[in-house]
Amino acid sequence: MKFLLAFLVGGAICTIGQLLMDLTRSSITPAHILVGYVTGGAILSALGLYQPLVDLGGAGAVIPLSGFGHSLAQGAIEAARIKGLLGAFSGGLEATAVGIAAAVVFGYVMAVIFNPRG
Amino acid sequence: MNQQQKRQREMQEEYRELIQEIKPKPPVLRNCILAFTVGGLICLVGQIFLHLYSTQGLGVKEARAATAATMIFLGALLTGLGIYDVIGKYGGAGSIVPITGFANSIVAPAMEFKREGFIFGVGARIFTTAGPVLVYGFLISVLIGIIYYLVH
Repeated sequence: MKFLLAFLVGGAICTIGQLLMDLTRSSITPAHILVGYVTGGAILSALGLYQPLVDLGGAGAVIPLSGFGHSLAQGAIEAARIKGLLGAFSGGLEATAVGIAAAVVFGYVMAVIFNPRG
Repeated sequence: MNQQQKRQREMQEEYRELIQEIKPKPPVLRNCILAFTVGGLICLVGQIFLHLYSTQGLGVKEARAATAATMIFLGALLTGLGIYDVIGKYGGAGSIVPITGFANSIVAPAMEFKREGFIFGVGARIFTTAGPVLVYGFLISVLIGIIYYLVH
């Protein structure tokens, strides 16, 4: 059941992105989509609207980039509660440190090892 | 003969009109179904890893972080192998929105501009898309933290 929900919630979140790309006239690039999902996910998370989605969909809500925004927002809120203003600055990075480091390290290694095709 | 040709022409015109009426709709529906399927499947793979890591005794946050790192690794690897391009051709937003798409946006330009060297080629191009994502991500994160601090 968890797996089906992950598929459905993740699929639905991605479909919204597809609609944004197909139905808006202005040329929306993948970069716009990714930035929009991170900020949108963070705002929804701060308003308490994203956690229910994570509870329902599991990885279906965590794996889309809005889940990255959710981690950024929750990290900042939690750290701000414990450490005050300094926490507001450190919390987001702390909560997403593994993902960001993984992205840079794996991204670098793959880019160096492989060459583009065609 | 002449009447037949006329009829054929009329039919062709009708057909063209019919196509133009229908044309703009199917791609959106088709794209959405593909995005739903591909995005859903990627999240399903993520759920399998999340399940695996949580049953290995990792906490909720740690399991999530490990899952994100694993999916980033897979996205980066498939991009290097040229497989993610194929997924992207069909998946559209279904391949962009998941964190594997974020990994793809890091590897693809870095790989392409390797010729420009390891500093301005790989080092800089890694952040072609990841840069804006992190900039706005950090901005909104700190802003939310400050607002929370001021309110409470």
